[in-house]
Amino acid sequence: MTENENDTELETQIAEWRAYMLRRRAVSDADVDELEDHLRERVTDLTGTGLHPDEAFLIAVKRMGRMDELSREFAREHSDRLWKQLVLTDEDASASAERRRGLLVMVVCAALGALAVKLPALFGFGFDDSAEFYVRNLGLLVLAPLALYFALRRDTGRGTAAALIGLFALGAVAANAYPFDTDSQSIVLTAIHLPIALWLVVGIAYAAGDWRSGQRRMDFIRFTGEWFIYLVLIGLGGGVLTGITVGTFSAIGIDAETFISEWLLPCGGAAAVVVAAWLVEAKQSVIENMAPVLTRVFTPLFAVTLVAVLVAIAVTTNAIDVERDMLILFDLLLVVVLALVLYSISARDPGAPAGVFDWMQLALVVAALLIDVLVLVAILGRITEFGFTPNKSAALGENLVLFVNLAWSAWLYWTVVRRRGRFARLERWQTDYVPVYAAWAWVVVLVFPPLFAFA
Amino acid sequence: MHIAKDLVAASATPLVLGILAEEESYGYAILKEISERSGGRLEWTEGLLYPLLHRLERLGYVEANWRTPEGGRRRKYYAITPEGRRELAEQRKQWDAVTEALQDIWNATRSIGPIVAPALEG
Repeated sequence: MTENENDTELETQIAEWRAYMLRRRAVSDADVDELEDHLRERVTDLTGTGLHPDEAFLIAVKRMGRMDELSREFAREHSDRLWKQLVLTDEDASASAERRRGLLVMVVCAALGALAVKLPALFGFGFDDSAEFYVRNLGLLVLAPLALYFALRRDTGRGTAAALIGLFALGAVAANAYPFDTDSQSIVLTAIHLPIALWLVVGIAYAAGDWRSGQRRMDFIRFTGEWFIYLVLIGLGGGVLTGITVGTFSAIGIDAETFISEWLLPCGGAAAVVVAAWLVEAKQSVIENMAPVLTRVFTPLFAVTLVAVLVAIAVTTNAIDVERDMLILFDLLLVVVLALVLYSISARDPGAPAGVFDWMQLALVVAALLIDVLVLVAILGRITEFGFTPNKSAALGENLVLFVNLAWSAWLYWTVVRRRGRFARLERWQTDYVPVYAAWAWVVVLVFPPLFAFA
Repeated sequence: MHIAKDLVAASATPLVLGILAEEESYGYAILKEISERSGGRLEWTEGLLYPLLHRLERLGYVEANWRTPEGGRRRKYYAITPEGRRELAEQRKQWDAVTEALQDIWNATRSIGPIVAPALEG
């Protein structure tokens, strides 16, 4: 073995050790840096006495003590870290300056978000009298500040910035230029699909323009899940805040409801979108530990539920009811399944051998696939009977998009659990597939309304 | 020779502060220093050292800062603070008292000398 090979092998081992160490909740990033420095010193000393780097690494890790014990000692000293502390601690000067900058950008963008949802009111678009305006534009108003936040944080180049502005402008035109009827199906479809399309545009900002990279896409998928968890947590806290506000003000005879519905909820919600994004990056280690756990808890539960639905359909032979609400529900279900799959993929060590959990994932995907087929059959039945409508066409497209993904995922999972395929292919498939969602969302937003005469 | 856990724990703070009182240092070097000073009899684990260093930092007895030597990796250096020196002086007084008392007792009771081999054969 050449020295070079030894070095790269050592680097891989250290990287693995690092990743493993970082999963400990009580051990922060900086602590792992410190321990890694320690480990390297010891490896250098040991190789100095004539040991091979890999032997030296083993001994150094062994000397460091069992990771559980080490992290328990850290936990004892840093008991605060075991709680989901949402406040930053400063570790070193340059990083803390960087964090201050991040904090500032976050505050500005969150304020812009809060402003953006209230600004239309100045021009006569209040929440109550112009609900339609908000249905069309909410995604735009809320996500533009988030894209701005990432553009500023990542110091995106001019080309990317121009692309971001162009895509948001396109979204704005699509949402507002088409002459929708107030209660048309198309307006609802735009309200659902435009945020999805724009969320993926945010992804371009997140990746600093490097959206072709599979790694960046996976990062963004991971970010999406973590962002969602933070948003839910903030939402829960906001709910408590709202309840207490209403309660205490009504106790002193003041009706706070207007303030809450006109200011607290919209502004807080818009700001939370940016704050959650900031929290994901600032406190990465907190949620990174939570999301895989949630995935592991809910994968079996969803698998069981889906199988139960299939059994119920088989026993009763009831067809799936394809009303709009039901279609949305089933699409949502498939999206949740996909999210569980994506999440477990993003959190999984691609090198690890297939285990029980992978079988569970396969069962989940196959069950979802069967349900998707039933939904597709139901939609096609309706379409042949009553013709195409915007809703049914969109539902058909969505289910096809998800069907293709789930079918190929199921196949790849099958090869993984049979130990014939590598897990990395599954990851690759998912990241390669992301543009399909974007394309479909834009098609629904841009092409559907004129195609169906704004019905 | 095995040194009891309690004794290791009790002596940990003054040892670290004492080493840092000479000059600032970093984790691995401190560990090596302790091993050398004790002739290899005190073998600390990382699980003892780093949480201790972090506690001393929290208490304000030491100050830590990250530095990157030219062409090297960044490393966390610890330096003793004036408050740490006061604490070290205080601990030293206590340890002196203990060791003095122990010395006195060791001298008085020669019967419990360090090596008393029981007569097994007979």
